[in-house]
Order: sequence, then structure tokens, then C-alpha cells
Amino acid sequence: MAELGAGSLSLGDPAFNYQEHELNERLKRLYPAVNEEETPLPRSWSPKDKYSYIGLSQNNLRVHYKGHGKNHKDAASVRATHPIPAACGIYYFEVKIVSKGRDGYMGIGLSAQGVNMNRLPGWDKHSYGYHGDDGHSFCSSGTGQPYGPTFTTGDVIGCCVNLINNTCFYTKNGISLGVAFTDLPPNLYPTVGLQTPGEIVDANFGQQPFVFDIEDYMSEWRAKIHGMIARFPIGERLGEWQSVLQNMVSSYLVHHGYCATATAFARATETIIQEEQTSIKNRQRIQKLVLAGRVGEAIDATQHLYPGLLEHNPNLLFMLKCRQFVEMVNGTDSEVRCLTIRSPKSQDSYPGSPSLSPRHGASNTHLHTGADSPTCSNGVTPPNKSKSHSGTGSSSIKYPSVSSSASSSTSSSPSSVNYSESNSSDSTKSQPHSANSTQETSLSLNFRRNQTHVTRSSNHDSEMEIEAEHYTNGVVEGSSARIMNGTYKHEEILQPDDNSIDEGCTNGRQLCGGNQAATERMIHFGRELQALNEQLGREYGKNATHKKMLQDAFSLLAYSDPWNCPVGQQLDPTQRESLCSALNSAILESQNLPKQPPLMLALGQATECVQLMARVRSGSCSFARVDNFLH
Amino acid sequence: MLKSEVTATSRHYVDRLFDPDPQKVLQGVIDMKNAVIGNNKQKANLIVLGAVPRLLYLLQQSSSSLELRTECAVVLGSLAMGTENNIKSLVDCHIIPALLQGLLCPELIFIEVCLRCLRTVFISPVTPVQLLYTDPTVIPHLMSLLSRSQRTQEYITQIFSHCCKTPEHQTVLFNHGAIQNIAPLLISPSYKVRMQALKCFSVLAYENTQVSMTLVNVLVDGELLSQVFVRMMQRDQPIEMQLTAAKCLTYMCRAGAIRTDDSCVVLKTLPCLVRMCSKEHLLEERVEGAETLAYLMEPDVELQRIASTTDHLVAMLADYFKYPSSVSAITDIKRLDHDLKHAHELRQAAFKLYASLGSNDEDIRKKITETENMMDRIVSGLSESSIKVRLAAVRCLHSLSRSVQQLRTSFHDHAVWRPLMKLLQNAPDEVLVMASSTLCNLLLEFSPSKEPILESGVIELLCSLTQSDSPALRVNGIWALMNMAFQAEQKVKVEIVRSLGTEQLFRLLSDPDSNVLMKTLGLLRNLLSTRPHIDQIMSSHGKQIMQAVTLILEAEHSIEVKEQTLCILANIADGNTAKELIMTNDDMLQKIKYYMGHSNVKLQLAATFCISNLIWNEEDGSQERQDKLREMGFVDILHKLTQASDPNLCDRWARKEANHKTHGILIRCILIYILTT
Repeated sequence: MAELGAGSLSLGDPAFNYQEHELNERLKRLYPAVNEEETPLPRSWSPKDKYSYIGLSQNNLRVHYKGHGKNHKDAASVRATHPIPAACGIYYFEVKIVSKGRDGYMGIGLSAQGVNMNRLPGWDKHSYGYHGDDGHSFCSSGTGQPYGPTFTTGDVIGCCVNLINNTCFYTKNGISLGVAFTDLPPNLYPTVGLQTPGEIVDANFGQQPFVFDIEDYMSEWRAKIHGMIARFPIGERLGEWQSVLQNMVSSYLVHHGYCATATAFARATETIIQEEQTSIKNRQRIQKLVLAGRVGEAIDATQHLYPGLLEHNPNLLFMLKCRQFVEMVNGTDSEVRCLTIRSPKSQDSYPGSPSLSPRHGASNTHLHTGADSPTCSNGVTPPNKSKSHSGTGSSSIKYPSVSSSASSSTSSSPSSVNYSESNSSDSTKSQPHSANSTQETSLSLNFRRNQTHVTRSSNHDSEMEIEAEHYTNGVVEGSSARIMNGTYKHEEILQPDDNSIDEGCTNGRQLCGGNQAATERMIHFGRELQALNEQLGREYGKNATHKKMLQDAFSLLAYSDPWNCPVGQQLDPTQRESLCSALNSAILESQNLPKQPPLMLALGQATECVQLMARVRSGSCSFARVDNFLH
Repeated sequence: MLKSEVTATSRHYVDRLFDPDPQKVLQGVIDMKNAVIGNNKQKANLIVLGAVPRLLYLLQQSSSSLELRTECAVVLGSLAMGTENNIKSLVDCHIIPALLQGLLCPELIFIEVCLRCLRTVFISPVTPVQLLYTDPTVIPHLMSLLSRSQRTQEYITQIFSHCCKTPEHQTVLFNHGAIQNIAPLLISPSYKVRMQALKCFSVLAYENTQVSMTLVNVLVDGELLSQVFVRMMQRDQPIEMQLTAAKCLTYMCRAGAIRTDDSCVVLKTLPCLVRMCSKEHLLEERVEGAETLAYLMEPDVELQRIASTTDHLVAMLADYFKYPSSVSAITDIKRLDHDLKHAHELRQAAFKLYASLGSNDEDIRKKITETENMMDRIVSGLSESSIKVRLAAVRCLHSLSRSVQQLRTSFHDHAVWRPLMKLLQNAPDEVLVMASSTLCNLLLEFSPSKEPILESGVIELLCSLTQSDSPALRVNGIWALMNMAFQAEQKVKVEIVRSLGTEQLFRLLSDPDSNVLMKTLGLLRNLLSTRPHIDQIMSSHGKQIMQAVTLILEAEHSIEVKEQTLCILANIADGNTAKELIMTNDDMLQKIKYYMGHSNVKLQLAATFCISNLIWNEEDGSQERQDKLREMGFVDILHKLTQASDPNLCDRWARKEANHKTHGILIRCILIYILTT
């Protein structure tokens, strides 16, 4: 579309790439709630949606008039490539008048799809414009209303659409001119219209910094909406409101097996825990085993404590066994660990809080999309397995925060939550793998910190109780940073005197801990696993997920250094978490308890609501994001 | 409970303060503290019963325990929270020196309660702020206490911002390092501290160049203070903070420390203040916003233009006149009360802002007068009971009266002269100044209001203004008379002279204010125009006028004054009989000769005009006059001037002022006349 040739940028041009980068960054910052896969943002004028008298150049950002310009019948407009998404909340673009041409009959505004392009914006139904020659605003009418000053060559005119109250105002050279239109319909496109020869205007959809401080305007609305939420009337039954909150916290703690904290919380708030203490402790023990990589023991314990559970969940059993195989490769499963020379205690490495309370993920967390949600949780990466991840796409953003939560693993927060943990296999696949040296360093640092902590506090349960006092008023936030989920940091798991740590950090890892007998045991187990898969296939039909899982697990053996191979990611202890969560949910379900904590359901509900708001074009969703309230 | 019973209980509290057992006294004070909290009646009782001197005594007694002294200060602070009468009683009991003395105690907790109490006392309007400055050691000590705790910071800055009322106070605080000490508090973690520190800066910078100039260079944590203020104006900040930060920048800008085209003024401060005027804010905020905005843009036409297009400001201000609204009157008494209380303030703020907006730009004035019922509102504002509103309304009218178009149209249509004249009858000086200044514009020759004003007997009134002690009023009075006399009928002129009286006229010619002198000369010049008028006036007052002219030409005066005087002389020379007053006065002719050779072109021109009027040969006796002047050596001077009036010089004059082009031509004409006749 670069009709003018000169001055236009080609795709390979570094300047263009820079501008493109700037644009993406700015749009992301301005409109974080917009899902561009569903509703793309306008980034340029549309070469298809324009009148023939309009010429485009400079990456379809510059508009010039090429008609006769005899009278208003020669007016011509162009729309942007996409309508303004409601999820913007507040949308803004600017137009610089490069030349006013002969008469400066320029109109800047908005129009719906299908509005006649042989017109200036504002003259027709569902079309709105501010005209330079007289400074009038045109609201779907051929006659304008006095609105603002006139504008001409050199002026920068901005157009801001407020999708919360459906109004629009313009700016001239960074100064707001006040509301021009109210009751705007949805799905309007940025539009400009020209009418006389020589008129040229440039659009800025975010390619450049805006002259008007739109972010300041947005901050006002963000504050307004947050204030509205904060002051939302709760009604007469205040007591019930509090008890609802307490129950949510309590059930969350119970769900994840924070037994001591839950008990202390229940005592302080005088609430009742539905589940028996022993039951909670049992679940806690099983989770602890899974997270420690001792899956075999976990299976045994489950079978012992909850007979029939795994028999009724063959898929779960298969996943567990698969994991057990992986852990054998890892050298952490007890079946191989007892065969190795080293102290079994020294083997394991789950330094941080196992914290089934995973951190809340990025914006696209979904109630039922396991693949989207990061499975990583607090303090998950042990230093002697210090394989870090820098993922692609969305996970690349998430990972740095994993390391940060690892560094604070002694104080991970129960309020930082992820509620989509049941689907283990999907999340396994979603994890890309590549080494990242900087993260390695930070992780080993974290580890040392953890060590100190463990030596200091031998009795976690009592400490938990002290900490839990912070919960007494039923307020979840604030106290979160102080709470320790660290019930799993038992001495048996984490020994500070382990020499192998440093080795492990470098290249000391060996298949099955380097033990011949263990390797044999592993291979034998692999055969059993294969048999189980076939048996399941016969009984329940072929399962592609199972097949893939098994293939991936077996593939580990194909590499001399499984930790640094394309499927080595499986060995990462973070991979245990989703499985752990699935097992926990299965146990709870078998006890007729909810398999998801109500807190997670509420959070998922809220997230869904906000997304629904975007779809039904309620602009305030932009400033009511769940993320804003999770600290 | 009966009143006597109440007093009895109160009496008991006071009695316990005199117990010989210090432990019991302490308990007594604590009980008293609990008894007075939120109980204004109890507070009044205790004060009447003399609790204050005893509490102050205990507070100052070195033998008292720290706990007792602290509790005493707390009770005193509580008493201060009551009515204004309570504060008065406390101040009368010398609570301020006692508490200030208490600040020397090393114990932070005691310092804090003393400061808290002092704060409460000082923020009351009944407390004389001067009491803070009586002891010169107080301010430095307060500065040193700023580092002690967030509480001391909050209380001290609050005291400062309430007690800084005059330029002297500003200087005292400035000299004791207020800026350096308070600037870091702007980034305090405590909102209250930030807010009070900001308020401090707004009062310190107000109309103070020294402070403002210092402020622009102050860095807070590596950031320029103006940028800190800009951040405080962000739209998600509390309104109070936005508004106060905008005030700080406004004052810095008005003091010349920040340019009016600086982006922090144009893109931040001005829009912020315009926002404050919008309906969604509290009435108090809207008043303050409008007043500050008016002040910000008063001297700058570009800011006025920008503001006039920002967020429909001109239309937005119309809403200021809708209080109390008809809705509030019916539905909500409390609301009505609130609206009534602020209605005057709103109106005067809107008038002020309109006045500022319209002070230079013709288009903006048009926009203002076209706002719904604007002229009616001004007219009714002129006769409101509140002086503030009247003053602001007349300021607004004055601003709009600078428009020729408005004078011809809306001013006449709405007969604004009527309320204006009424206002002039009996008003305080500040209103009179504005009103008479407006009247000057209404009396301009093209103003259709001129006639009806004349008929309303304005001359007497204006003449009385010229006798005022205020130079501004004298100027306006004589100015209005000058405008009135311009191309006026004979009878008006006679009336002016009669009414003013020659004595007053000559008194004005020796007025110490040069503006008064200039306008008086202007009046004379306007009176002495058209031949019959000149002769008529000169025949009755010729002697005095010539005397006055001589005096002025002989005295030390500015070029403008002398030029104006020479112009009067030229007018006199235009008269038929009046001419002789000059021709027979050799001394005067010498003076004219002198000014024809003056280095200043304007004076040369005026003097030459005078001569040209004298020798114009279409009139009787021109020949004699020419002869006399030739004898006196005027021809030589004219010759010299002709030489000087070579094309180059003419050109130079022309460039200086278009008028002067005529000078050379004029001289040549005169010369030709003289030589040819």
C-alpha cells in the first residue's frame, strides 16, 4: 500500500521493526485486558475500507486526499483495520495534521462498519466527527454543533473513546476539549475524512508517544472503578459475609493440607473444619511424598489409606506410575533410592514449600484450561536439579516470577492461587525447556537460604500456629507474606549437610542415582508400566494421552544426559505438582468433599465474569481485572 | 441531670487536680481526659471552673512526672477540640507559650502531644498567628523537631501552613530553612505528612518570588520539585492533593519561577485546575479551582485561550450560578443549607474566572457573553448583598467592557450602566475602583450607553471621585470625564468644567500621580476642541489654563506629559480669540520655540502643530502673527527642521511612528506660508 513510495517503511526495515515493537509494548500497557486473538486492536488504516479518493502510505498510517475536492460530494473517508474492543475500557488515538490542503475540510472521528465512505465522519447514522474548518462536532447529522477550536496544519488532534460510559472527547495539542458525544454505540472504528486536495494527516495508534497524557486519564478511571468495587455495598448480613470469607480461607487451607494452619485458623475464627484432622494429615503426607518425588511410596500410602481409590481411577494410577518411572530415572523414587549408596535423606530435594497453593498465573488463567495455567508453584526448583525454564509465549513471562516465589519459598502465600491443577499431562507438555544460567544462580542462592531456615526451625507445626494468628480477623490479604506453608520442609527431605548439592548443581546427576541395581529395577518397572498401559487399553480403549506420556517417559532413557535432553523437562520437580493436585482432588472427591476449594471457584468465577464483561462490551472490565486485586 | 449536678461533677474533676498525692492527681487527669472526650458541655464547664491554669501549671511543673505532664497536654488538646470559645479561653490562659516551652523537653511523646495541642489551637481562626513568631527561637526549634517523627512532621507543617499569612511570615520561615526541611517530607510514606508539607509550600510560594525561585531548583530524591508536584496532580491522586499541587505550581508560575508556556503549566496545571471546576467535585473544590485558575492565567493571553477551549470551561462555569438548585430547596434542607452557604462563593469564583478569561481575547469575550443568561447574571451580581460577589461581577463586567463589540451590543441591550451607576453610589473603594474603571469604558464615544449615563447625573459623581484619597479612584474619575468630554456637546463640557471647578482642575494638574495628571491634561485637551468651545472656555478660564500650561512645561515631567501639554497649547492656538493668549505671551512663544528644537520627535511635532495653528493664513490676523514669529526667529528653526526633514530622516521618523511622516511635510508647508506671505 506504500503508494507514495518514498518515506514508507518496508517490513525488513529496522526502523519499522522498532516502531512495531514500540507499538506492541504501548498497546499492551494501555489495553492489558484486550485479548487480541479475539478482538484485535486498530493498528493502521484499512486499505480495503476506504473511499477511492483516499490514498494511504507510510504503512497505512498516512492519509492523503486525491479526489477533485469540488464540493461535499467529493468527501472521502477511511476506517481503521479493526473496531475498538470494549475491553480497552478507554481507547485513544491521535491524528496529526500534516497539511490542511486547500480548505482544511478534515474530519476526525468514529464510524460503524458499513457507513458510507464517500462522506466525512459525523454526517451519517453511526458516524461521529470533529471538523477542522469550523471546530464543530457532528453527531450522526449533517449539521454540526459548536464544539471546539478549529484545527489546521501542525495540530495534533486526539480522539478518546470511553467505553465505560460510552462517551467520546477530543484533544487538541494535548489539551482535552471536553465531551463531544454521548451514548456511543459499540464496535466503532477510528475514522478520518478529507475533502479538498492537499489534505494530509498521519495517524498514531500507539506507534509513538501520545501528546495527550492518556495514561493519566486512565488512572483516574482505574481509581474510580477500584473505588466502586471497594465500596460495593455488601448488605445487611455483615456477619455472614465475614463467616463466608473465613470459610473460604479455612477450606482452602484444608484442601491443600495445611493442617496446623487450618486448625489454628479455625480456632481463632471459631469455625468448624469439615474434615477430620487425621484425614487432612493423611492427604498432607501423600502430597508430601509426591512432591518429594517418592511416588511409589505415595501410591502405597494411597492404597493403604484409601483402598479402592486408585482402582476406580485407573487414569490417575497410570499417571502416578508414569511419574514413578520418571522419578526412578531421576533417582528420587524410593524403589531406586534405597538401592543407591547415598543416604536416602540426602537424595531428595524439594527445598521450598511444596505449596500446593500455586501462584496465580498470568491474565489468561481459566477455570478449565489446565494447559494455560502454569503449574509451577512456590519454591519448586531444587538446586541440585537446577534446570530452569525459559519458555516461549506466555510462559516466558511466568517463569521469572517462579524464581521469585522460589526465593521467598519460606513465606509463600496462600492467597496466591491457581485453581486449575487437575490436568497434569497437558501442563507437562506446555512446559518448554531450555537452560538459563542466571536463574540457576539465583536458585542456588535460594537454596542456601532455605537451609538456614530449616536448621533454625525444627518444629514447623508450632511455628505455623504462631504465624496463623495473623488470620484472626479473617482477612486474607496482607498477612499472606508472613505465612509459611512450610510444613513439608521436614528434615528428612532436606538435609543441610548434603555435599551432593554442589555436585548436583553442576553435572553430578546420573541415571537412577548411578546405581546399577536401581537401573535394572527401573527397566523392570518400565516393562510393568508398559503392561499396565496395554491392559488399560484393552479395558478402556486406547488413550492417546497415555501413549504420549509413556513415550515421553521412556524417551528419557534414549539420552546419555536425560536432564539435558529434549524431554528432560519431565524430570523437573515442578512437574510433580499437577499430579499431586490431581491426586489430592481425587482423594477429596472420594471422601465426598469438594475437589476444588471454594476460594478457587470464586476466583475462577470472578475471572470468567470479567471476561464475560469484555464480550458483552462493558468497558469497565479493563479496570476491574482480577490480577489487580491479587497482590 | 440538672445543671447544678453537671457543674458538681465537673467541680469534682477540677478539685482532684489539687490533691496533694501526685498519684491521685494523675488519676484525676486521666479521668478528666475520659470525661471530656467528645463532650463540649463538659469542656466548657471545666474551663469555666478554672481547670486550664491548673493543668498548665502541672504541665510546666518540673516536679510533675512525665506521665502527668503528658496527660495534661492531652486533656488541653481535647479542650481545644471544642468550640471557638474554648480556644479563646485557652489562648487567654497563655497556653501557647506554655506548650512551646514544653517542646524543649527531650521526651518525644511529650513533644508530640504538645505539638498536637498547639496544632489544634493554631488552626483555629480565633488564634492570633503572630503568637508563633513572638519568640524568635520557636521557629528554628520547630524546624529541628521535623526530623523526630511522622507526627511531629504532620503537626509542625500543619502549624506552618496555617500561620504563614504575610510576606513577613514567609520570609521568617524561608530564612529558617523551611524549604530544605520540608521538601523531603513530600515523599514521606504518610499521606498526611505529604499533604501538610504540600500545603506549606503553597502558602510559602504565594506571591513570593524569593521562595518560588528557590523552589524550582530544589531536588527531592533526585527529582525536581516541579516534577514532584506534577506527580501529585495525577488524576488518581486525592482531589485535595491535586488541587494543592496545582496551587503550588500556579504560585511558582505567577512569581515568574516557571514560564507560562512550560508544559507543566500548559499540559498539567491548567487542565488540572479546569478539572477542579467540573460538577463532579465538591463545591469548595470548585471554588478554589476556579479562583486559582483565574489567578494562573490572569496575565497570559495564551493560557486564557487554552483554558477557554479546555473541557468546555466557559459553559461549565455557567453551572456555578445554579445554586441553590430548585431541587435542593424542596427535597433536602441540609443540602439547601450547604448550597446556600456556598452559593456566593461559587458565583464570585465564576465571575473572577470569567473576568480573567476575557481580559484580552475578543473571541473569548464573545463566547462568555453568549453563555446562557450571562449578562443577566452579571447585572444581578452587581446588586448582590455580598461584597465579594459584587466585586467579582464588576471585575467580570470590566473585563468584558474592553470589547468594542460588546459595548455596542450586549452592554447596551442589558442596560448594564444602570446597576453599575447604582453600585457607584455607595460602595467600598475596591468595588468603586472596578466600577469606575468599567464606567470609563462605557463612556467611550462609540458606546451607546454614554447618553443614558450622562442623563443619570454621572458628572457630579465622577467629580467627587477625583477628590478621593485613592489615586486609582482619582484616575478613573478624571479618565471617565475625559472620555465623556471627547467630542461632546458644548453643554456637557460646560457642565464638566462647572461641576469640577477650576480649582479642582488645577489641583489635579499638580497631582503626585502622573496618571492623574495625564488624564487631566487629556480632559483639558478634549474640552478644548472645536473652535467655539475653545474660545468659550478660554475666555472664562484662559488665564488659569495658560498658567497651568506654563507650570507644567517648566517643571520636570515625562515626555508624554509635555507632549500632551503642547497639544493643549496647539488646541488653544486653533481658537479664534484664544490664539491671542499665546501670541501675547512671549514667554510661551519662547517655550514653543524651545520644544521645536527639542531632541524628542514627539515634542517637536506637537510644538510645530501649535505654530502651524498660529500662522494658518486663512484666518484674520495671520499676517501679523507670521511677522511676529518671523521676528522671534521661528523661521530659522523651521529651516533647520526642513533640512533635518530630508528623506532619510523622514524615513526614520516614519519607521518610528507612521504619524511622523507628516512632520516633514507639515514643516515644509509652514515654511512656504511664512516665506511666501
